[in-house]
Amino acid sequence: MGMSLQQIIFGVLSVISLVSALGVVLSKNPVTSVLCLIVTFFTIAGHYIMLNAQFLAVVHIIVYAGAIMVLFLFVIMLMNLNAEIEPQKRNWLKYAGAISGGAFLVVLLAALREASMPALLPGSNEIGLISNLGKTLFNQYVVPFEVSSILFLSAMVGAVVIGKKEN
Amino acid sequence: MPVQYYIFLSIALFCIGVMGVLMRRNAIIIFMCVELMLNAVNLLMVAFSKMWADAGRVDAGSAQIFVFFIMVVAAAEVAVGLAIIVMVYRNSHSVDINIMNRLKN
Repeated sequence: MGMSLQQIIFGVLSVISLVSALGVVLSKNPVTSVLCLIVTFFTIAGHYIMLNAQFLAVVHIIVYAGAIMVLFLFVIMLMNLNAEIEPQKRNWLKYAGAISGGAFLVVLLAALREASMPALLPGSNEIGLISNLGKTLFNQYVVPFEVSSILFLSAMVGAVVIGKKEN
Repeated sequence: MPVQYYIFLSIALFCIGVMGVLMRRNAIIIFMCVELMLNAVNLLMVAFSKMWADAGRVDAGSAQIFVFFIMVVAAAEVAVGLAIIVMVYRNSHSVDINIMNRLKN
């Protein structure tokens, strides 16, 4: 059974993203967790490119790896967190969490294993290019777009108000 | 290539995020696991977008716009959430979520 190039790339990216996602959860040092999450985000951006979502891949890298993870890294380094002072749950609570998550995984996999859906074709399409997405965004989704700008403004004001030192 | 591969990958990433939220006590790590879950959903939505675009639907690009809005909301959420975590750390010198139960008194 020969595997196409697409499937090989998918497999490699998936393995890297799953391993680094597990690294986020299992690593003792918060800085290692952040670095693992950045690797996960880059592999997800690779998946976006494989799925013809070039614009989203670029936005994903800029927003997540460029802005959000830098913010996380700043906060962690500001607080000087490290593995020694890392709070640990009791062992049975950890096992309970792992078992619950695993049971959830099994339930979802069993529910969707037999679902019949159209297949992904190997060719590319134009849907993820910035001109098509821009037309869709500014024709059908203008109001949500403007509302999201208000959301950003309120989030910015909220962050400043919360982060301000009270006298 | 069946779209099930992407469904299974997204489910696995989402469940790893759920496990992280349940297993860790550091508020920042829990927050990062929530980001991981959001990204799993985004990946699934992009896969479905490609699936319907290949099946000939002209409005399949809407799913990618939804992913765009999820990223917007996630960015706003991170700004406020990290501000709250920094404030809690300033007041109690810890990011342990177990100290948050003081909020109830």
